[in-house]
Amino acid sequence: MTMHRDQDRQKLFNRRMAMLAGGKGLLLSALVGRMYFLQVIEADKYRTLADENRINLKLLPPPRGYIVDRRGIPIAVNRQNYRALVVREEAGDVEETLDRLGTVVHVGDSEKKRVLREVRRKRGFVPVTVRENLNWEEVARIEVNSPDLPGISIDEGQSRYYPYPHSTAHILGYVAAVSEKELTGDPLLELPGFRIGKAGVEKVYDLALRGTGGNSQVEVNAFGRVIRELSRTEGQPGVELGLTIDMELQQRITRRLGEDSASVVVMDVHTGDVLAMVSTPSFDPNNFNKGLSVDEWRALTSNPKAPLSNKSVAGQYAPGSTFKPVVALAALEKGVITPQTTVYCSGKTHLGDATFHCWKRYGHGKMDLQNAIAQSCDVYFYEIAKRTGIDAIASMAERLGIGHRLGIDIPGERSGLAPTREWKQATLGVPWQMGETLIAGIGQGYVLSTPLQLAVMTSRLVNGGYAVTPHLTRQLVTADEVKPRGKPQFERIGVSANHLEIVRKAMDAVVNGPRGTARGAAIHEAGLEMGGKSGTAQVRRITKAEREQGVRKNEDLPWLERDHALFIAFAPVDKPRYAVAVVVEHGGGGSSVAAPIAKDVLEAVQKMDVRAKPTLEADASPADWTRGSES
Amino acid sequence: MFRGGRESSFSRGGEYSLGRKLWQIHWLFVLLVCVTASIGIAMLYSAANGNFDPWASRQTIRLGIGLLVMVVVAVIDIRLWFKYAYVFYFFGLALLAAVEISGFIGMGAQRWINIGFANVQPSEVMKIALVLSLARYFHGRTVEEVVNPFYLVPPLAMVFVPVAMVLRQPDLGTALILVMASGAIFFLSGVRLWKFAVVIVGGLAAIPVAWQFLFDYQKKRVLFFLNPENDPLGAGYHIIQSKIALGSGGLFGKGFLQGTQAHLNFLPEKQTDFIFTMLAEEFGLVGGLVLIGLYLLLLIYGYAIALRSRSQFGRLLGMGITTIFFLYIFINIAMVMGLIPVVGAPLPLISYGGTAMVTLLFGFGLLMGVYVHRDVTIGRRGGGEEM
Repeated sequence: MTMHRDQDRQKLFNRRMAMLAGGKGLLLSALVGRMYFLQVIEADKYRTLADENRINLKLLPPPRGYIVDRRGIPIAVNRQNYRALVVREEAGDVEETLDRLGTVVHVGDSEKKRVLREVRRKRGFVPVTVRENLNWEEVARIEVNSPDLPGISIDEGQSRYYPYPHSTAHILGYVAAVSEKELTGDPLLELPGFRIGKAGVEKVYDLALRGTGGNSQVEVNAFGRVIRELSRTEGQPGVELGLTIDMELQQRITRRLGEDSASVVVMDVHTGDVLAMVSTPSFDPNNFNKGLSVDEWRALTSNPKAPLSNKSVAGQYAPGSTFKPVVALAALEKGVITPQTTVYCSGKTHLGDATFHCWKRYGHGKMDLQNAIAQSCDVYFYEIAKRTGIDAIASMAERLGIGHRLGIDIPGERSGLAPTREWKQATLGVPWQMGETLIAGIGQGYVLSTPLQLAVMTSRLVNGGYAVTPHLTRQLVTADEVKPRGKPQFERIGVSANHLEIVRKAMDAVVNGPRGTARGAAIHEAGLEMGGKSGTAQVRRITKAEREQGVRKNEDLPWLERDHALFIAFAPVDKPRYAVAVVVEHGGGGSSVAAPIAKDVLEAVQKMDVRAKPTLEADASPADWTRGSES
Repeated sequence: MFRGGRESSFSRGGEYSLGRKLWQIHWLFVLLVCVTASIGIAMLYSAANGNFDPWASRQTIRLGIGLLVMVVVAVIDIRLWFKYAYVFYFFGLALLAAVEISGFIGMGAQRWINIGFANVQPSEVMKIALVLSLARYFHGRTVEEVVNPFYLVPPLAMVFVPVAMVLRQPDLGTALILVMASGAIFFLSGVRLWKFAVVIVGGLAAIPVAWQFLFDYQKKRVLFFLNPENDPLGAGYHIIQSKIALGSGGLFGKGFLQGTQAHLNFLPEKQTDFIFTMLAEEFGLVGGLVLIGLYLLLLIYGYAIALRSRSQFGRLLGMGITTIFFLYIFINIAMVMGLIPVVGAPLPLISYGGTAMVTLLFGFGLLMGVYVHRDVTIGRRGGGEEM
């Protein structure tokens, strides 16, 4: 009985077991099918995904190209930069870690806030910079305390350094962190801590200086840690950029200008090489790399002497009497005067109801062209400006480089202004007045020029009439190559050589003539003599009442109302090679303040032995400059 | 293929010496177990980047212990297991309760208790105990009785109580295995098919209700199983990385110790739940198929042993053990390939883990015991009833 029942039960069991086995077999087949799908059909897709998982492309930032001066002295270099980084994943509590780091090296509140913000935004294993430019002592202190500073590591990078920061700031500009809108898709720009040129030569030649990034394929684990390097492509370091600037001259001029708000441009009249371009006061571009504090920034921007502005290209000044050679040339070219034409100066002239004064209260007497320039007679130029007309003057100014951008290779250049009738009607909506032509005749009124334009104007006046244009680099940098400039070819400005010679001789007389306004600044060494033209640009209006009581002296005026002192010069006077323009804002008289500077500069540049290695001092702080300029 | 032709050396009704019992053990099966476990040890060696420590060495020791347990269990008279099946079951329940209490005291979910020299997972013990007691219960039921719903109440209760306790731990994977293995035993015992249909339909209907009782992490696992790409760095990460590892292994794999996904830590828990992925990454489809083939052989032997038994108890016990073995294999592999949610089931004989290894070999010991005692018949109430 039992046996029979058990046989029934076993038959049922066997049947059911076969069903169960079938079911299990189906399930196992499903597994095998799935495996086949994943490992054969979709294998390529997953292989790619696995590689994407493990292979990271790491960009290798190229070293930024050095910038050297005319003689090869490095003036923008890269220095080792020790940075403290924090990795959230390893730090655990970042805030606590930063507090502990703060007991070892200084960590400011604003830095702390920035780090905490960045840490939140980025993935846990991405390092975030806490401090840059750590010195050796700080590095050592962090290393010693590293067991208490989980997630803090020291990273060695490079940072831009300017060894002569104050004397080169306006030319070189500076580098700083990339901003959101500067991202161009170049992955280099997205590297943490990457710096690009934000001003000056650093900005204009940024692409060439930047170089191209290399890359390194690394295998990373799931936490992003690098396991090994798979392959490496070296990048192309940035090119070494050679400037036309002579660092010795540049530094000497910077010291000479001291704390004045001033600008000096020195250039080669034939080639357009800018040998020095100084704007004072200056600033330390190294601070921009680090990031400025609010106070530092405020101090720079609220200073009335505008240290951030490169006055050489961005300062627009009425040229004053330095404009007179332009007017003279325009008059000669138009044929309204000859060198022998004379004008009688009684100290003033009239036009309708208006009276126009000469700077010399009781007049110069009978003036011809050479004397009028040498003694800077205003009445003579009122008269010839009237005869020449504003449009012819403006046209000559344009030909000599005033009133348009000259295309020098740093940003921020302004155009100046050579006013015409048409210009006034278009911009101010009122017709030109004859009186304004007279005022323009002495370089006042609407006429504006930058120190660079004055230097270019001087060059074009004395280089035989070539339309030389200024540049700061010895190389021509294009998108795909960097090559030496070679001998530049400039067009002629289309002015008679004879007329140019008349003007040059007159400028010779300014300095070397018996009655020249700048005879006190003459260079007496044979062969090095200079010619030039002084200018004193009035900043304020002198009222009739004041004129009757006697014009106040500059020393009695508040700084901002004092005249600008200008001087343009060239040397050697017979065979000009160098041109210089000096503008001292609110400095007083051109011949008394600006001319001696021009003299010193031209003396220095002519005596300089470009083959000798110059002795350069570390840049002095502004406080030291005062002493320098007094000595 | 099966040694069915050889007559058992048990003479009917007699008691047999230990030596003869040992001779009866299916040593080919034991060899297959060892080969499979060796693959596991090799994978653990790879998981530790080519080191025996910390996993491979310990797993080897556990395999040794497990094999010893298996042999000991195999030679114990099957009637003894029959006799003490319910005792064993209540012992398992007591352990589960102990975990519950100690977990309550220890303020956290615990799945194991310390018995001095080792940690024991009561839920593992329960799998064996439940199969034993269900086998014993159905052994005593006639075909007619099984058809009667009244007789299904005690075994259902037997299943329900431990499942509820395991779910409370919470351990969804083990609960599912308990339910499905029990279901297989019910099915093999002759419970009518429509009753299964009713339970399955009822179970599906209960899903929305059950959903409420799931923990957040369990809900997440299910949700991200349905769409793993939703959260590639969160809960779906495991499945995605596992699929990438598998797929990138291709036909022949990346080579031993060369699995990038595993060695660069993209693959989570590669020494336990995701060890199959690692195997398939390093040895490709071919390696995976070899392992599945070994499993298939073991399963077939399990079936054959159950078929050959002369007692319903032996048959049900053998099939119960084999089914649990199968369920582990299926759940683990299906899980790592993204076919089912991540429930946390080890790959038998391969995954690192002492309790799972020893429990499984204990189960194989019982299976072996069924084979050794294949000609022993057992009365409805356990007496040495002869055929």
